[in-house]
Amino acid sequence: MIEIKNVSKTFTLHNQSATSINVMRDANLVVNAGECVALTGNSGSGKSTLMRMIYGNYLTQEGEILINGVDVVQAEPRDIIELRKTTLGYVSQFLRVVPRVSTLNVVAEPLLKIGVDAKVAEERAKELLSRLRIPQNLWQLSPLTFSGGEQQRVNIARGFAHEYPAMLLDEPTASLDAKNRETVLTLIKDAKARGAAIIGIFHDEAARDRVCDQQIDVSIFTPKAAA
Amino acid sequence: MTPLLQVKNIKKNYGARLGCKDVSFDLYPGEVMGIVGESGSGKSTLLNCLAGHLEPDQGEVLFNTRIEGMRDTLQMSEPERRMLARTDWAFVHQNARDGLRMGISAGGNMGERLMAVGDRHYGQIRTQAIEWLEKVEISEERVDDRPSQFSGGMQQRLQIARNLITGPRLVFMDEPTGGLDVSVQARLLDLIRSLVRELGLSAIIVTHDLAVVRLLADRLMVMKSGHVVESGLTDQVLDDPQDAYTQLLVSSVLQV
Repeated sequence: MIEIKNVSKTFTLHNQSATSINVMRDANLVVNAGECVALTGNSGSGKSTLMRMIYGNYLTQEGEILINGVDVVQAEPRDIIELRKTTLGYVSQFLRVVPRVSTLNVVAEPLLKIGVDAKVAEERAKELLSRLRIPQNLWQLSPLTFSGGEQQRVNIARGFAHEYPAMLLDEPTASLDAKNRETVLTLIKDAKARGAAIIGIFHDEAARDRVCDQQIDVSIFTPKAAA
Repeated sequence: MTPLLQVKNIKKNYGARLGCKDVSFDLYPGEVMGIVGESGSGKSTLLNCLAGHLEPDQGEVLFNTRIEGMRDTLQMSEPERRMLARTDWAFVHQNARDGLRMGISAGGNMGERLMAVGDRHYGQIRTQAIEWLEKVEISEERVDDRPSQFSGGMQQRLQIARNLITGPRLVFMDEPTGGLDVSVQARLLDLIRSLVRELGLSAIIVTHDLAVVRLLADRLMVMKSGHVVESGLTDQVLDDPQDAYTQLLVSSVLQV
């Protein structure tokens, strides 16, 4: 489902006398359907960078990143947009939404984008919000006014609204209490059971061990000279 | 899939001074493209060349027309181009006063566009106008008021309603949220987003506000001194800019 071949990444900072930083060299990774792979390594070792490269958020200089046969490295913007709509989901650590849009609509939006009926989308959003224990009286409010943990849960609900065949999870269990953490782990297990290929970053080791089938230490992809 | 709009090598000079040069891109149905750059970078010149308000010195602007397929709009006769401008195209001006008739009622402003495409039934025109006022969150009872009696934000929303009422397929927007206070801006952003999603519109939005493009545009083009210096997925260009100017632009945004 997700296949990463000989991928390298360099940042060039033009405004700092064109400093060039090589952050990743020859990264390789395969994630099959129904499998969850954890990226591990110290802070700054490139976990999020790799994840963003897979999402097409960061440009990749060399190699191939195949998701369901589409090479993100070479794809046109509109192909990546389509991929993100239908195939590739991403739960980031930060919620980024239009101000004043209700939580219910924020969660339902990924479904509306692929043309799901508004009623069905809303039902699905309600179900996820209840499962993640967002009190019903908050559903009509914008999530921007919520606490950090609540925003995180809204973000997760949004990420799981559509059943993407491939998912990227950046710290999905951070800043959650025990009960909500269980719910998120169940969501991840359910996604695996329906055949989703998942790449995750978990600092919470217990959570990582419970859902992940494989762990990759990304520091092996970090060029030593740059470290 | 055929692109809705194909732009090839657009060049426009003002005398010896460069307006914009070597601009080419394809826009597909349902796509929203942002154009950013500092003032004087040529972004409005480009938008006006695409929308037929300015005549470029060189290049082609191909539009996928409903009946005849791909046509170069620059080669069209003036009546043909004007027909296109009031049916399949819409242009939202930065200053609502440029896109509205200030002396006639809000309903009349919308009715004018409908009548230009052949609507004649007064009752139907009025019903549609009221429907659209509701969509842009202006209360029905204001339908007979003149835009000059509206606030700036309401004028801007009325301008959008007037432009979209005929069901265009391509909307050009020049700083649609410029000069509005943030609460109105947020509502307008949500409105534009849901209209794009519901009606499957394509849009080209010129702005200097990076936060606006991040929320509205799928794709982004960065201009400097008349040239396109970088283009790509909006979040990619903003999060991992490759060009020196884009890096400077992105790193200069104030954090709130």
